[in-house]
Amino acid sequence: MDHMPENWGRPRSDVYGVYNPAIHNAGPTTHTQQPSITGTSVLAIKYNKGVMLAADNLASYGSLARFTDQERLIKVGKETVVGVSGDVSDMQYIQLLLERLIIEDNYEQDGHNLRAPHIYEYLSRVMYNRRSKIDPLWNAILVAGKKDDGSPFLGYVDLLGVTYSAPTIATGFGAYLAIPLLRKIASDDGDEKRITEQQARAALDECMKVLFYRDARSLDKYSVATVTTDGEVTIEQNVRCQDMSWRFADHIRGYGTQTM
Amino acid sequence: MYSEPYIDPASAHAAAAPIEHRFNPYSDNGGTILAIAGSDFAVLAGDTRHTTGYSINSRFQPKVHTLPCDPPILVSANGYSADGDTLVRRLGQRVQWYSYNHNKAISVAACARLIQTMLYGKRFFPYYVHTIVAGLDEEGRGAVYSFDPVGSYEREQCRAGGAAASLIMPFLDNQVNLKNQYDVQTGEPKTAVYLSLDDTIKLVKDAFSSATERHIHVGDHLEIKIITKEGVKVEYFPLKRD
Repeated sequence: MDHMPENWGRPRSDVYGVYNPAIHNAGPTTHTQQPSITGTSVLAIKYNKGVMLAADNLASYGSLARFTDQERLIKVGKETVVGVSGDVSDMQYIQLLLERLIIEDNYEQDGHNLRAPHIYEYLSRVMYNRRSKIDPLWNAILVAGKKDDGSPFLGYVDLLGVTYSAPTIATGFGAYLAIPLLRKIASDDGDEKRITEQQARAALDECMKVLFYRDARSLDKYSVATVTTDGEVTIEQNVRCQDMSWRFADHIRGYGTQTM
Repeated sequence: MYSEPYIDPASAHAAAAPIEHRFNPYSDNGGTILAIAGSDFAVLAGDTRHTTGYSINSRFQPKVHTLPCDPPILVSANGYSADGDTLVRRLGQRVQWYSYNHNKAISVAACARLIQTMLYGKRFFPYYVHTIVAGLDEEGRGAVYSFDPVGSYEREQCRAGGAAASLIMPFLDNQVNLKNQYDVQTGEPKTAVYLSLDDTIKLVKDAFSSATERHIHVGDHLEIKIITKEGVKVEYFPLKRD
């Protein structure tokens, strides 16, 4: 048996001559024009001793909840976490790039290691250069860690190469639903100094619950990552939304309690 | 932020003309900038709000940059922020290379011509930005140069750019260049004179607080950079956050 799938179903070579594989590449080259398997919002907030991120474990195929254990918070190097929303295959490619970057950096045993601002700079140039080729990586990314002076770092970059920093950032639906809640406790630079780890965690848990109520492509199972200014990274997995109330669903047509 | 293409449910099933969806490589990140030249100073001011659509991404994302040269030059590229950041970063590198190659700091006029070639170099995939440069010319007078996205430029006394340029520019025409103002005695049109630094800063603050009232993409904080022969000073001023 021929185990090469590209040879299956082709005209017989003994009858029609050798098949010309060049016709596979006929026509113009094509680029990603839309995401296929996607992750929804990533949330992040700075607090007095670092940055905290949250992202749920769902990878959707359009409106289908396709994979329910997809991790979207990636530890990069020793003291950085990158949270990725948007196309999951592009996220995995970015993960590959970052792994290569860290390996290359480790070849020099010079005691230096890449921190969040460096990884952010690298990612933002990758994203901008891909958009400039009209072949974007279809993602919105948050980079969290600490600056060179030891203060918390949080930055955003998306498929257009647009970058910004703020004490609270959210991608996707989170920009509409979570940001107003998170800005209640941190709206300006410096506000993070008054927020404890417990307050930050409570705010993120509340936002993930609100997102699960209203974002149809979300899940009640998520991961929470903390990056402290001491350079410690912890990623808590399989966190569940707590104390939800779905009584309102009783009155809404479409939740399955009524017969039409 | 990523978005899924919208497919009208009515036409999704019909075998009508295929729906074409092209990736749009540009976006508008709001904000506005303003520069005024004086007799021995120049100011370049910008708000610090960063937006996409109706969302405020950040309340403090400064966009007025000081180039790494001595005497310093101020520059801001307002519009699509990814292009603006890229342009300013590349310009900073070019300005440093200039000093290494020629063993002298770049002049504002030379910097302006450099920006023209950088912008026109991307004539067919432009940097989507309104660029303004401020500094002191070779005689020590304030100099302001402004550019369109593809590099057309001129030296001016004052210029507003970005989201609220159309709100601020007529105000500047009237208050800086004294357009449509006539002498009460003679009836002759008034001729413009240099403003003092204090009056200039008052004017900048008024322009931005008025623009903030009427434009949703302007607000949060005002950053004013002032360039004199002593160097660069920065002042911050709160704007409305709604």
